[in-house]
Amino acid sequence: MANDATPIDPREAVVEHLPAMRAFAASLTRNSAAADDLVQDTIVKAWKNFDKFKPGTNLRAWLFTILRNTFYSDLRKKKREIEDVDGAMASTLSEKPHHDGRLALADFEKVFAQLPVEQREALILVGASGMSYEEAADTCGVAIGTIKSRINRGRARLAELLELSDDDGLELTDSATMAVLNSGMQVRKTGL
Amino acid sequence: MTKDDKDEWDQKIDQNLRKVFQSKLEEDVPDKFMELLAQLREQDDQGSAHGK
Repeated sequence: MANDATPIDPREAVVEHLPAMRAFAASLTRNSAAADDLVQDTIVKAWKNFDKFKPGTNLRAWLFTILRNTFYSDLRKKKREIEDVDGAMASTLSEKPHHDGRLALADFEKVFAQLPVEQREALILVGASGMSYEEAADTCGVAIGTIKSRINRGRARLAELLELSDDDGLELTDSATMAVLNSGMQVRKTGL
Repeated sequence: MTKDDKDEWDQKIDQNLRKVFQSKLEEDVPDKFMELLAQLREQDDQGSAHGK
């Protein structure tokens, strides 16, 4: 079956995309066991649909599309269950992350996990996986403007949550800035 | 938030997003994935005797 004269079978190239698929899946599920299940389901679905893959187009984006469609369809099926998981998650996340004045990766991950899934996926696709806005929009089946606005809202929310989780106010020393940043948080801060 | 602060946050956020993604990328892919791919290939071979 292997023939050096034919272009590489996309089936053979799937393996190269496994690490990225696992990373993307982890950002959606926030749980590595669930992420691996999702990647496995994605591979099986991709395999059944390879006749629909256009050779020469972006295989990773195609696989990511299947992955996220699988994720959202599972999410709809298990909606109640997932909401419970999110509720449990949110309560553990309400503890203040440990802080030493710098932004620790573990703290970032906790805060990132609190974002709505649409914002997490947009941020990961464009901010981390290196996709263009256009590729991310295609992958998610939405307009480029939608991706941009999800990213902007995600960033704003992250900055807000990270600021809240930070005892030392990070390196933002400018008092005017602090006043602006804190103005929305007076209730919480004064309660401490 | 001033523009500079926003840029500073954006940079920090991007750095961390990349770290989160990168740490996962660098993980070894569990064997079960290779086994699954091998299984699927095998099914293909059995399904179409002449291959494609």
